[in-house]
Formats: sequence, structure tokens, C-alpha cells
Amino acid sequence: MDYIKLLEEDQMRHDIPVFRAGDTVRVAVKIREGNRERVQMYEGVVIALKGSGLSKTMIVRRVSYGVGVERIFLLHSPRIESIQVVRRGKVRRAKLYYLRKLRGKAARIKERR
Amino acid sequence: MKGIIGTKIGMTQVFDETGRAIPVTVIHAEPNTVVRLRTPEQDGYEAVQLGVGAVRVHKMTQPLAKDFQKRGITPVKYLREFRLPGATDLVPGSAHRVEDAFASGDMVDVTGTSKGKGFAGVIKRWGFHRGPMSHGSKYHRRVGSLGSRTSGGGGRVHPGRKMPGHMGHRRVTVLKLQVVRVDSDRNLLLVRGAVPGPRGSLVMVRESVRQKKGAK
Repeated sequence: MDYIKLLEEDQMRHDIPVFRAGDTVRVAVKIREGNRERVQMYEGVVIALKGSGLSKTMIVRRVSYGVGVERIFLLHSPRIESIQVVRRGKVRRAKLYYLRKLRGKAARIKERR
Repeated sequence: MKGIIGTKIGMTQVFDETGRAIPVTVIHAEPNTVVRLRTPEQDGYEAVQLGVGAVRVHKMTQPLAKDFQKRGITPVKYLREFRLPGATDLVPGSAHRVEDAFASGDMVDVTGTSKGKGFAGVIKRWGFHRGPMSHGSKYHRRVGSLGSRTSGGGGRVHPGRKMPGHMGHRRVTVLKLQVVRVDSDRNLLLVRGAVPGPRGSLVMVRESVRQKKGAK
């Protein structure tokens, strides 16, 4: 019996939508401030999906006030309230690290239909 | 008694209450058999001998098999002794389970046999620096100087000089690991951090000799 698989399956979330690199997602993140807990929204382009199973992560990139921000999320973390796919993008590779060098019009991603 | 024999299953991660991912090693600890007690009168020290694993009697040595038969205890493959407080309170022949031994939050030491690395050079084994790989250098991963002409009063090599040789596959104990969870239904023990040895190897888990922070 594979005990690790069993343990991981117990903790896996099944409410995570299917998406891939190039898609724009809106992530609701639970944030603790002292004793208060609130939910913060973070929207951006998924530039990479890494790992598998319980330890799967994604890198979400957005440009806010002219500064590129990238956050790494553990997909199955209980700190994530929800993930919503806002827009599906048409890209030709799995890791979109080239977006880091582009800005403005060049950094746009075509929509996938 | 805070000690048990188990098998290392592998590593994964679990989330705690605050949502942080904690790296854990999964140890499968089937109910151990209490085989015999060591008493000061008879053996000069106090300890308990635990055993795990099914074994075919004809595969054992005769004296050992006969000893099990005489005591009326189901033969077990692996035997290990624990010198811990409360060791002599156990009853020979009874089962010692994970939940009897530990609760989550306990600090434990884990002893195992580390992964064998074979005959290793001085860079892997002792962390020496290597020489340049190019620019005409022929000194890449060699041992280097063993000492000076005058070392030790006359051209000899000091005892304990770090040299190539067999690395790994020795008894290693990791101190003070936190028990994250005890799963009594599946006989699993989740311990924070890494544990010596390959997956499937036998490990001994016991109460830590180090105190928990703040305790004492």
C-alpha cells in the first residue's frame, strides 16, 4: 500500500479548476493580519506550473504600477480560498519566462477559444 | 514507553493549522512485539527488547527459534532494545503500538542506517575543494598533500587524516525531530524533517534526549 499517496490524497483539493500556462487567474488568498483574517485578490498570468500532486505550484505574474510581481502559490494550500480562471491564453510553451523581458503591447497573450 | 521500531516510507508534506506546508517523513510502525525485559538483577541494566516483522521459523537460527518457542512469543524478524524510562512496565508477549509510544508534539530521535555511498573520494566524503578543471591543471579531484616533511616529527601522516574510503551505510541518529501526527488506524508516524536511510529501511524512534524548547 502506498501510504504517501493516501496521505497526500487526504489533503488534496478538488475545487481547483483546470488551467494551464498563459491563462489569467484570479486567486483569493487568505491573509492573517494579527488576529484578523481577510481575503486578498491577486490576478495575473500563470507563467509556469511546477510539480505534481500535493506539492504542485504555479507562478502568477502581474505588472502593478510598472513593477513586475510574481507570486508562487501551492495549489493545494488551505491558504488559497479559491482560484478562478478569468481568461484562457493561447501560448506555445509551458514556461513563459520570456514574458519577464517584455512589457506593454509585446507582453500580451492571445485569447484561446 | 516512548520508543518504537518502524520502517521509513518516504517524505511528503502536510499543511498545519495556519496553512504552512511542513516537510515530513512517514514512518510505518506496525505494532511491535514486546519480546523480553532486561532487568538489573539479571542483565545489569534496564531495557525492553521489541521486535517487528514476520519471519519463517526455519529461516532463523535454532537457538533463537527455540527461545521464542519457550516464551510462547510469535517469532519476529528484527529485534532492538530500548533503554528508556518506563521500559520495564511493558509485558512480554504484548503488542506495543504507535499511539502507545507517541503523541503529536513529542520530540523524538530517529536512528537508522544511512544511505551507502560506496567508496567515495575526498571531495564528496569530507567536503574538500577540487582543483581547477582547466588551464593546464592536472589536479582535479585528488587527495592532495597528506602533511609536511616535518609533520609529527619526521615525515609521517597524522592519524585521523581525512582520506577516501567507504561513505555512508553506517548508524546515524538525528536528534530532536517533532512528531507532527500519529495515525493509529494506519500505524503511521509523521515526523518533521528528514530521517537517515533509504526508503524501506528499518528505523528506531525514541524519546529525544534533547528537551523541547521552553520545557524542563
